[in-house]
Amino acid sequence: MWEYTDKVKEHFLNPRNVGEIENPDGVAEVGSLACGDALKLTFKLDENKRIKDAKFKTFGCASAIASSSALTEMIKGMTVEEALKVTNQDIAGYLGGLPDEKMHCSVMGKQALEKAVENYRGAPPLEAGAKIICECFGVTDKEIERAVRENNLSTVEDVTNYTKAGGGCGNCHDAIQQIIDQVRSEPKTDTKPKLTNIQKIRLIEETIEREIRPSLKHDGGDIEIIDIIGNRVIVATRGACSTCKASDITLKHFVEHRLKEFVSPDIVVEEVAK
Amino acid sequence: MSIIYLDNNATTQVSEEVQETMMPYFRELYGNPSSMHTFGGQVGREIRTARERVAALLDALPEEIIFTSCGTESDNTAIRSALAIHPDRKHIITSRVEHPAIHVLCAQLAMQGYRITELPVDKNGLIDLENLEKNLTPDTAVVSLMWGNNETGVIFPVEKAAQMAHEKGVLFHTDAVQSAGKIPVNMKTNVIDMLSMSGHKLHAPKGIGILYVRRGTRFSPFLIGGHQEKGRRGGTENTPGIIGLGKACELADKNMQKENTEVKRLRDKLEKELLARIPQSRVNGDTVNRLPNTTNISFEYVEGEAILLLMNELGICASSGSACTSGSLQPSHVLRAMGVPFTMAHGSIRFSLSIYNTEKEIDFVIEKMPAIIERLRGMSPYWNTAQSSCASK
Repeated sequence: MWEYTDKVKEHFLNPRNVGEIENPDGVAEVGSLACGDALKLTFKLDENKRIKDAKFKTFGCASAIASSSALTEMIKGMTVEEALKVTNQDIAGYLGGLPDEKMHCSVMGKQALEKAVENYRGAPPLEAGAKIICECFGVTDKEIERAVRENNLSTVEDVTNYTKAGGGCGNCHDAIQQIIDQVRSEPKTDTKPKLTNIQKIRLIEETIEREIRPSLKHDGGDIEIIDIIGNRVIVATRGACSTCKASDITLKHFVEHRLKEFVSPDIVVEEVAK
Repeated sequence: MSIIYLDNNATTQVSEEVQETMMPYFRELYGNPSSMHTFGGQVGREIRTARERVAALLDALPEEIIFTSCGTESDNTAIRSALAIHPDRKHIITSRVEHPAIHVLCAQLAMQGYRITELPVDKNGLIDLENLEKNLTPDTAVVSLMWGNNETGVIFPVEKAAQMAHEKGVLFHTDAVQSAGKIPVNMKTNVIDMLSMSGHKLHAPKGIGILYVRRGTRFSPFLIGGHQEKGRRGGTENTPGIIGLGKACELADKNMQKENTEVKRLRDKLEKELLARIPQSRVNGDTVNRLPNTTNISFEYVEGEAILLLMNELGICASSGSACTSGSLQPSHVLRAMGVPFTMAHGSIRFSLSIYNTEKEIDFVIEKMPAIIERLRGMSPYWNTAQSSCASK
C-alpha cells in the first residue's frame, strides 16, 4: 500500500480539469500504454497570453492522475514562461509530496508541460540528439541528467524512482551510474547524449506507428509490442501477418531493420511464442 | 464501511475455530514442548496431533511434515537441501511464473554459478512437459514447479512432472502454497519429494508453514541449532501457530467440497458477469486447469493501481499485476511470461475468494465494478481512440 498524502488522494478521487480542450494553443502527449502511464495535456491562452484553461487525460496510477490534476491547477493564470519554471518538485510539493517510487509521475507532468509549450511555440521536438540510456522505458541521457541535477540524485535507485530509467532489465545501471558520477563531479562537462528507457520505449512505439504499422496494415497485417527487455523487442503479429509464412522474414528484414535505424543499432526483434 | 475481502491469495482471515484452538497456548499452556516437566511436555502432544492433521490433509505420514515459519522458508529450505545433497550437480529447473521465493532465490543461485532453466509458459500460463523432459540432465539437482499459480490460479501438472524428474533421477519440489487446502493433494499417489505450504493462505495465522519431505529423501536442514523437528529445523516451536495450522488443515479437508462447488460457483459468477458488463476485458490464464477461487481479469486502457484504489473506496479488497502496484515499474512477471500485452497487463485485477465470501458480496462487486472502469476510462487518453477504432471495425 502506497503512503499517499490526503492531497494526492483528494486529487485522485476528484481530479480537476479532466478532458481535452478543443482547438488548444498547446498540446502534448507523453508516456505510453506500454510504460504504464501516459498523459495528454492541452492548454489555451487568453488575450494576455496567460494560460486560461488547461486540461488533461491520464492513463496511470493514482499519483499519475493526481500529478496531472495538480499540474493543470498550478499553471492556470501563468504565462508559458512562468509555467516552464514549474518543476516536477513543485508538482510533488503541491500534492504534499509523493512516494519516492512515484516521483516519475511528477516528472511526466513536467515533460508534458514542456512539450506542450514547444508545440505552442512551433519549435522542433526537444532533446534532438539525446540518446536512450534505459531501453526498457526509453529514457534519454538528457532526461536522466536533468533529473539528477534538479533533484540532486545520487543513486541508480533514485534515478529509477524519478525517471523509471533502470527499472526494467537493469542493463543500463552502469550507464546511469556514469551519468550520476559525471553530473555530480563535473556538471559542465559535455556528455554524448544518450536515450533513457522511457524515451526508448516511446521511440520504439513511435517508430512502429510511423514507419512500420502502415506498411503491415497495407497488407492486412498488424503488429503488437508484447514486451521490451533491454534491446529485445518482443512482438506478436496480428491479422494476415500471424498466418503469413514470410512473417519472420518481415520481422527481421523490415521491422528490426527499421528499429535499428530509428531507435538503436542494438535492437533485436523477436516474435512471442505462438 | 464493511470490507469485502477478495484477496485471499494474499492472505486469509484466521477462522474462528482456529483462533479458539490456539488461544490456550499463549497464556495458559505456554510451556516449551522440549521441557522435561509435564507443563511443557503436554504441549508436545498437541503438536503431535497438529502434525497428524496436516499429514491427513496431504495424505502423508506425520513424520514427513516439518514445521517452518512460512512458505518462503520452506521453498528456500527445499532448494538448498537438494543442492546440498547433490554438491556435484549445478543445474536447477523451474518456471518463468514462480513465486519470488523460488524466482529470486534461483536468480541469486545463478550468480553463484548455478545454471537455471526457467521453463516458459504458453499464453494460457501452461507449461509444456516435453520441454521439461528435454531440459532434464544428469547435472540437474532439482526441479521446482509451483502447483497453483498465485496470480492466475493456473494449475501445473506437477504430479506428472515429478514422475518425469524421477525417471531421470532428479528430485522434485513443488510450491503448493496456493493449492493445498483448495484442491486435493495426495502424497500417497504421487512421487513428489518435497512440498511447501503456508498457514496463512488457509485460515491459519501468519508465521507458520510446512515443508513436506518424503520419507527416505535425503535432507539437509536450513536452520541449524536445536534438535526440534528431529534436527531438520532448529528453533523453538511456534506452538500456537502449529496447533492453529493443524486445526486449519482439518477444516480445509472438511471444506474442500465447498471450495470446489460453492466458492467456484461464486468465482465463475463474478468472472462471467464482469466480462459481460465491461467491454474490452478478458481473463488471464487457463480457465480449465485453475484453482476454484481465483480469477485474473484485465481491463484494457486503465491502470490497476487506480482501479484498486477506487475499489478500496468501496471497501473491496483485491490485487493487481500492474507495474505501479509493485514499485518495480514492470507489470507482473507472470503475465509477461504469458505474453499478455503490456496494455492488458497494466489493467489486471486478481480476485481471490474464500469460503467466507457471500453471494451478496459478489453481487455488490458485480454491480460496482463497471462504473469504476468507466470512470477511469473516461480519464484515459487511449479510450476514445480505442472506442472509435472498434466502432469502425
